[in-house]
Amino acid sequence: MEKLLNELSSDCKAAYDLESDIEIKAQIPENLKRNLSLDLPSIAESDLLRHFTSLSRKNYAVSTTFYPLGSCTMKYNPLVNERIAKFDNFNKLHPCQDEETIQGVLEVMYKLEKDLCEISGMDCFSLQQAAGAQGEFAGLLIIAKYFKSIKQKRTKIIVPDSAHGTNPASAAFAGFDIVSLKSESDGSISPAKLKEVLTPEIAAIMLTVPNTLGTFERNIPEISKIIHENGSLLYYDGANLNAVMGVVRPGDMGFDVMHINLHKTFSTPHGGGGPGAGPVGVKAFLEPFLPFPRVESKGPKFVLNYEKPESIGKLKSFFGNFPVMLKAYAYIKSLGAKGLKNVSEQAVLNANYMLARFKDKINIPAGNRCMHEFVLSPKALFKNGVRTLDVAKRLLDCGYYAPTVYFPLIVEESIMIEPTETESKETLDAFVDTLVKIIREETSLEPQKLKDAPVNTPVGRLNEVEAARKPILKWE
Amino acid sequence: MDYTSQSQRDRKEMFKAIGISGINELFSVIPEDLRAKELNIAGGKTEQELLNYFSDIALKNKILTSFRGAGIYDHFIPSLVCEVVGRSEFWSAYTPYQAEASQGTLQAIFEYQSLICALTGLATSNASLYDGATATAEAALLALRVSRKSKILISSALHPEYIQVVKTYLENFKAELVFLDVSDGAVKKEILEANLDADTAAVIIQSPNYFGVIEDMQTLSVVTKRKDSLFVAVVNPLSLGVFKAPGEYDADIAVGEGQVLGSSMCAGGATFGFMTVKKALEWKMPGRIVGQTVDKRGNRGFVLTLQSREQHIRREKATSNICTNASLNALAGCVFLAGWGSYGFKKLAEINISKARYAFSKIKSLEGFKPKFGEDKVFFNEFVIETIKDVKKINKVLLENNILGPLDLSETEKTFKNCLLFCVTEQRSKFEIDRLVEILSKI
Repeated sequence: MEKLLNELSSDCKAAYDLESDIEIKAQIPENLKRNLSLDLPSIAESDLLRHFTSLSRKNYAVSTTFYPLGSCTMKYNPLVNERIAKFDNFNKLHPCQDEETIQGVLEVMYKLEKDLCEISGMDCFSLQQAAGAQGEFAGLLIIAKYFKSIKQKRTKIIVPDSAHGTNPASAAFAGFDIVSLKSESDGSISPAKLKEVLTPEIAAIMLTVPNTLGTFERNIPEISKIIHENGSLLYYDGANLNAVMGVVRPGDMGFDVMHINLHKTFSTPHGGGGPGAGPVGVKAFLEPFLPFPRVESKGPKFVLNYEKPESIGKLKSFFGNFPVMLKAYAYIKSLGAKGLKNVSEQAVLNANYMLARFKDKINIPAGNRCMHEFVLSPKALFKNGVRTLDVAKRLLDCGYYAPTVYFPLIVEESIMIEPTETESKETLDAFVDTLVKIIREETSLEPQKLKDAPVNTPVGRLNEVEAARKPILKWE
Repeated sequence: MDYTSQSQRDRKEMFKAIGISGINELFSVIPEDLRAKELNIAGGKTEQELLNYFSDIALKNKILTSFRGAGIYDHFIPSLVCEVVGRSEFWSAYTPYQAEASQGTLQAIFEYQSLICALTGLATSNASLYDGATATAEAALLALRVSRKSKILISSALHPEYIQVVKTYLENFKAELVFLDVSDGAVKKEILEANLDADTAAVIIQSPNYFGVIEDMQTLSVVTKRKDSLFVAVVNPLSLGVFKAPGEYDADIAVGEGQVLGSSMCAGGATFGFMTVKKALEWKMPGRIVGQTVDKRGNRGFVLTLQSREQHIRREKATSNICTNASLNALAGCVFLAGWGSYGFKKLAEINISKARYAFSKIKSLEGFKPKFGEDKVFFNEFVIETIKDVKKINKVLLENNILGPLDLSETEKTFKNCLLFCVTEQRSKFEIDRLVEILSKI
């Protein structure tokens, strides 16, 4: 068992120290002074390094194992991008420096925006948002502000029941009421059902294309027509953009607003849960509402424009997560148009290859073809009380991170697999063999092995119910 | 260069297994008239070309000796922090959904939560938010949710970008924002009393505030509690090495910017925001929370917990829409806080104060420069100086000397004409401060 920092703490010399070339004199008035003991651990540098190195080894990561987490696009994160982001001339800059001294930063932001426009078919982007959910929130605020500007009272957003949880949460956060729309068994939207819920109060519909079952929304031209005839807007959740780069563009499909997760499609690492970036793209008529500042070019120089009277405001301090933008831009420059299209083609090929190998062995509710990811429904094969959760934990024992499970909500006991383009055929084959063996053989022959899993991980299966019932949220 | 690994032979075998003759068949579901033309995106660079290309772009930026703060600070980052956050097992992992395969991230975040609680003196911390500004906005939303009241009082000396973000977040909520006057550099008790009423959900005060001044949080908190309003403290975590912890003055929520704890300035982000709350508010908190539990054999382990607050379960009824946060920067914060020890961390704060004080006393004694606020004001890194000199010229001359001079407050605050916000951290040497003073003296 790994000790906690407070358990490692002793009377030893702490890891860091600092001297001052100015006399240390800090007289703090009594009413402002801290009396509460600080209680920070005291640990020697070598022990601290061992502690965190040891912790790092307890993580599965893209750098250690196949990570087929559906909808999360856990592709290889090129090391060169990390190296570039560590350049002093990017790292040691203050955000309030004069424009002339951060031209490189502004250039990266300006050019990234232009490339994202080209990839998506939108007219402009704000890069400020720190994550996909914040991108959604910004996009919905833009929609709200737009309708306010044309004096229309539209208070509702349609969200399909197959959507990511952040969609309805972001819409509610932006002040909208949610109209849930039941999707078809392959996750697609029926235009007839859409018409039934359409009213003059609908501001927009949020769609994920390809949807969370990995199928392309074939009715999109009709949906776009229906939505726009109603005076509503079409929102594109870009979580699955990795399937369609260079193939089809949200802007060309009729989408008015979208967000992109740079930490998915554009390969910036996820950091164990962030930082990410969620640029928001809009058509030209919505440009005035984008967050400020906007990076503009003025002759050979790049400048920041804060004069945006109709803007929804700011979503985050300063410019957003610049290193994430930088890594995404480096990724795009590495791939170029041809490489980007190849990414999507290979991602779709990898997923279809896996799907073809699973077909006839495990039920696939959305059919025999998919885009970049697909959902398995193994429920009918489960015996002896085995559940998808057990399968996921057993996969950890086999050295794989588990796919997304129990999402999308519309498929029972679902297993959602996204291989990404950077995995080799050998990896895909080995994973398919393993998962088929677990589901088709082990559930009948060795059910206890699944229920006991994982046993090869640093800890065995953890009691989540107990954790929530009696929360221990810090060391005692 | 792309990062795919299939050979032509692999591809052919895969086509065969799928039963297609070429890649286009996989996209046949997409109507032809929707297909994209070839994208116009330059690229295809090799790794070597990429490094050269970005070296050239990086050279268009200039590293300066910084005397500017205003929300992002030049602090020392120990090598251990760089080493740990540089480990790919941490940076290339996802949000720890599969707990047993994510104990590294989960335990580190649990330790982060413990350290942030120790620092702020409050009961419960979440796993991080995007930054200080969004953490402040989330605190305002939390207060509205819990109190069911509609008014929020905000110090006008809250960072202007935080104010903008709070306004954006609250745009479509029925909330009234009232800004408290700070013309003498801090919020006066009387001003708070005059604005506080039964409909006040929360009072948000930053300390050190935007002007660097330490507020009398104890007094302001006591006043706030008279109307059962929540007291929200926006604090600089480094300053808590010496100044009163939010828990000591009965704050209900403490939030702040974590950049000072081991994240580089990086043109303003990525950083992390933190939030700690009183026990009674923990189920109302936004964001991920890590909790301790046991495995089947009784071994200690860590999981994401209290998840029924969150968007993936509660959808539109979640406490926030946040999903991805700023985990890697919070990890940096954890490694940073773990290495100083109580004595060292206090000393670090004292060095910051001492160096800022030293610069303050030198600058204010220059002809044409004087303190904007009364001498009784206590500050941490930053202080405001009023000058009769040409502000634009000051910063131009400093820039010519590779110095990032003080922030010109007249650009953001109309009532602060000819006022300069200086920042001095432990990174500035006596030599650098003396040189700054010398250049100022010649303007």
